[in-house]
Order: sequence, then structure tokens, then C-alpha cells
Amino acid sequence: MSDVPQGAHVTDAPAAAPPTLRAERAAERHRAAPAAVRVAGGRWQDDVRAVTMVWRRELIRFSRNRLRIVTSLVQPVLFLFVLGTGLGSLMGRSLGTGAGNFRMFMFPGVVAMTVLFTAIFSSVSIVWDREFGFLREMLVAPVRRGALVVGKCAGGATVATLQAIIMLALAGLVDVPYSPSLMLTLIGEMLLAAVAITALGTALASRISQIESFQVVMQFVVLPLFFLSGALFPLRALPTWLAVLTKFDPLAYIVDPMRRAVFEHVRTTPQIRALFAGGVTWNGWRVPIGVELGLTALIGAALLGIAIYAFGRSD
Amino acid sequence: MDASPRAEPAISVRDLVRRFGDVEAVRGVSFEVPQGETFGFLGPNGAGKSTTISMLCTLLQPTSGAARVAGYDVVTERAEVRKRIGLVFQDTTLDDYLTAQENLRFHAELYGVPRHQTAERIADVLHMVGLFERRDGLVRTFSGGMKRRLEIARGLLHSPRVLFLDEPTVGLDPQTRSHIWGYIDELRQREAITMFLTTHYMDEAEHCDRIAIIDEGRIVVEDTPERLKQGIGLDRVQISTDDDAAAIDALSNRFALSATMSEGAVAFYVAQGEAFVPRLFAELGVAIKSVSIARPTLDDVFMNYTGRTIRDAEASSSERMATNPWLRARRR
Repeated sequence: MSDVPQGAHVTDAPAAAPPTLRAERAAERHRAAPAAVRVAGGRWQDDVRAVTMVWRRELIRFSRNRLRIVTSLVQPVLFLFVLGTGLGSLMGRSLGTGAGNFRMFMFPGVVAMTVLFTAIFSSVSIVWDREFGFLREMLVAPVRRGALVVGKCAGGATVATLQAIIMLALAGLVDVPYSPSLMLTLIGEMLLAAVAITALGTALASRISQIESFQVVMQFVVLPLFFLSGALFPLRALPTWLAVLTKFDPLAYIVDPMRRAVFEHVRTTPQIRALFAGGVTWNGWRVPIGVELGLTALIGAALLGIAIYAFGRSD
Repeated sequence: MDASPRAEPAISVRDLVRRFGDVEAVRGVSFEVPQGETFGFLGPNGAGKSTTISMLCTLLQPTSGAARVAGYDVVTERAEVRKRIGLVFQDTTLDDYLTAQENLRFHAELYGVPRHQTAERIADVLHMVGLFERRDGLVRTFSGGMKRRLEIARGLLHSPRVLFLDEPTVGLDPQTRSHIWGYIDELRQREAITMFLTTHYMDEAEHCDRIAIIDEGRIVVEDTPERLKQGIGLDRVQISTDDDAAAIDALSNRFALSATMSEGAVAFYVAQGEAFVPRLFAELGVAIKSVSIARPTLDDVFMNYTGRTIRDAEASSSERMATNPWLRARRR
């Protein structure tokens, strides 16, 4: 067993020299070797480097997967131009609103949908990292788990926002003006939503071990979030059960400010504004944009905390 | 990294135990690895090699016992240990969609390699494993052997004091295996690094300064490969003669050796085979056409200490694979 005499290794052929000689030889090899580097850890600069690198990796992977960028556009484009035009025509005939107005209504919803799907997809890629082993490379590194989570969320949020900006570029096709103030407002709101959703995805991913479970997340989390958010239909005059459910959908509080921003920048009739731009109400009280955005930020921060906690415990 | 290496061993392990439920995967393992040594854990799949290496790399908490790596406790000083070790896993842990260089850059940033040294250090390790020309190639276009070389390069990038290699050649074809060993041997010469590796290939253990044979969670024996083989004592001698039957009789009568026919030749075991050959020629009384002497292999050593061949051991331990944390991690 282990109680073999300690001198045993000294008699080994390559190690036949006395210990002092061995040490000298080791030192000689050391000089010949590339300079040894100091390895840090624990300082905040190291965490910043880790965050930046994890973020950069997400961007590199995003930019390298052009096909994914294009494919991710298909669904929102179909929603906007096919479903939007189809439903818009129906409403146009019965309400006299015109198909264009409904597409205008759907536009912020479809942009938010792009953020949602891309952000979830980016963060759940942790499951892929686990499957293909790269997660291990990250987890054994001498950095705080929190830094990895923050980097991953920042990366996912950036990627989701970039993808949604591509959708935003289609604004002109649905008569939404490219006003700088509108664009900047929307991008800011998209970024906020993206951070919150990525944090949600990361928290979920830390508990998911199989790629197959991603389907569960899609069906039970992402699709309900999307359908209840008011992205596809106005959240007014709904049956009570549905109205209540929509108020519990955090995504509703980001779709609404985006839609209000759009309708502030387009010329339209008061009737159409009343029909389409009415957002979330609490007990009849129209929730102000500031509260909606504050709520989103709060939820995002809480989810990020949960993600960091959950990730710290996973292995 | 410390400028002056501590005098203490690179790895010291005392009574290390790891249980998974009712199964005791590692049953009280103790050993020491001095600095600069290449130490191998040899044993069949499921013997507890990977569980031990996981505990030494701070990836798995020991159930009991203690281990220090590069001077730090693997349980209470995990971060300090992690900074000082390099890891090459059984399964690939590269990002396929990044280039070789980007994978290394990622590692350098996470391990805090000083910025001004990063580029030079990346080039160094890429040259070392012969991948410098492919530095901008996407890893997904690499062969299995290239990926493994890149992982070895990455494991060395932050100049670790101890490099852990868990089955570094598993799943590779024989030619690639021998290439990988070429790099590892070169590394032993070039860098003042301690290496701890596991393998279930007997021939690969020959590359180690010292090996421990591990079976069913226990270290059975621990020494240099040469001494282990000497410890068996007997060489295998094969002779072909004009009259094999007479030769077998003569061996039995004059030397008290029991010989058998094997692969068309007379085979027997004797201590110090080379020294025995002159006597054999002088005293056998049967004309000898050819002689071959084989030293004991590590297979014989394993057989000697465990009473079975490593292949038998693997067959009987296949159900214990379920306790292998590396596989568990992948399947979970």
C-alpha cells in the first residue's frame, strides 16, 4: 500500500541522482521553460476580466452563427407581416382601423418577442455548455461563480438586444418612424427586458441537466410569458380570468412601455390610440411607465440574484 | 505563483475516502507525490481513479480524509489549489465554435494570466503541442488528437504547479496516443511540473516515474514501473529446439523448471533470464535454435497483485462505472 519506503522513487532510472541534483535539474528545466506566470484570483479586477471574457465569448459565438441570426428573424417576421396583416384585415373590416394600424400595434410586441426568444435561447445555452463539457472549464476556474453568471447574462442580453435591433430596422415597413428618441427608448427598454429574461434563463439552466428539458422551458415558461404579455392583442376588455393572468406576466410590463413609446411617435386617430395603446391597469389604475420599468428592473435584479445563487450551488 | 517552491510534496493524500450512497468508490487512499515527479494511477475503469482525481482537483468533496495539492488543502483552500493546477479531462471541454486561440484566450482571462504575457504564453503553448499553425482554426474542425493536444496546451497555459491528466489518451487511435505521450514526455523534460495522471493502459504507465496500482478503491502497490516488474522476479523464456519434448524433460530434470508448449515454442519462467541462458546452453543437452527472454510486463504486475488481469477487472467492475463522477456529471 502507501507505506512503501519513501526512498522508492529515488531509485527510479531517470531519478537516480541524489535529491540535490534532482532539484538542480528541476531548476534548470525551469529556466528553459517559458516564464512562469502569476495567476491571480479573488481581486475584483480578476472578476471583471472573467465577466468581460464570458461576455465576449457570447458575442463571438453570436457573430459566428449567421444562420441563427437569419433563422431567428423568420418567426417574428411571419408574426408581424402574415399574422399581423391577416388579423389586421379582419379588424379593418369590422372596426375600420385598417390593417396597417394593427401591424403598427404588433410591432413592439414582435420586437419584445425577439428579445424574449433570443435571450432565453442564449442563456439556456448553458445546458449545451454542460452537455459538451465547456461548462466544466468555466466552473473549475479560480473565479467567483457570480462573475460567470454576470458575464453570461450580460452576453445573452447583448445578443438578444442586437437581434432585436435587426427587427427594429424593419420599423419603416410598418410605418413606425426611425426617430432617434423612439429608437433609443426602445433599445433601452429592450436591454432592460433582455437582462431580466437572460437572468431567468440562467436560473432555469442551472437546474436543467438535459437538452431535452429545454422543450419544457419553452412550453411551460416562454410561450405563456409571450402569449400573456399583450404582444399579440390589446390587454383591454378581456374576460376576467385572462385579464388577471396578464397582470402576473412580467413581460407585459415591458411590452406596454414599448408600445406606448411607439404610439407617441406615430400620428393616428384618438380612437385607434384608445383601442391599441391601452396598457396594463391595476384595479382600474393605469400603471405609469416608470413603475412598469422599475418593476421590470426589480424582477430582473431578483432573477439575477437567484441565478447567481442557483449557479453557485450547481456542479 | 510562489517564486520559491515549498519543500513539501506537490501532492499529499491521507486516508482519502469517497462514498456515493452505499458504494465506497475510494476506500482510504494515501500517497505522496514529490515535486517534479510524474505519478500515474493505474487501474481498470471503475477502480476509483477518476473519483480520486476529482477530489484532488477540488471538484468533489471527500467523504473523509485529507489531501493537499501544491501546498493547499483541497477542501478548505479550493481557490488556492485551483490557481495552481492544470486539468486535462477525459471528455473534451473545449468550445467547438471558438478557434484554438480563442479557447486559450478564454482560459488566460479566467485564470488571470497577466495581460502583457498572454499573447506570448498562448503562442508558447501552441508551439509546444504543434498547433501554432492552426491557431485560427475552429476547434470543431479539429481531430480528436488535436483537441486533446489543445487541452494539454490549455492546461499548461497558466503555468500550473501540478498538471492533472485524467485518461489523457482514452478514445484515441494508437498512433495519436503515442503522439500525445510524446508531448507529455517532452513536457516532463522541459517544464518543472508535477504531473498526476490516470490510465488503464498498462503500457502507458511506463511513462511515469512512479505508479500506484489501484483496484476497487484501494492502492494495491506503489513503486517505480521498473521495480514493480522486478518485484515479480521471474522472466519468461521461450526456446525453440530440435526436440521440444526432450527439452521439456531436460528442463524438468536438470533445472527443476516446469515448461510448457506455447506458440510453438517451449516456454518457462525463471529468475534473471539472461544470466540463465549460458547455463541453459551448456547443460540442457538438446540443441537450441533460438532463445527469447521477455521481462514481466505491468500486466503481469497487475495480475500478481490482484489475482486477475486488468481486462477481467474491467469486466467485473463495469457496474461500478455508475459511480464514476465524470460520467455521472455528463449523464445527469
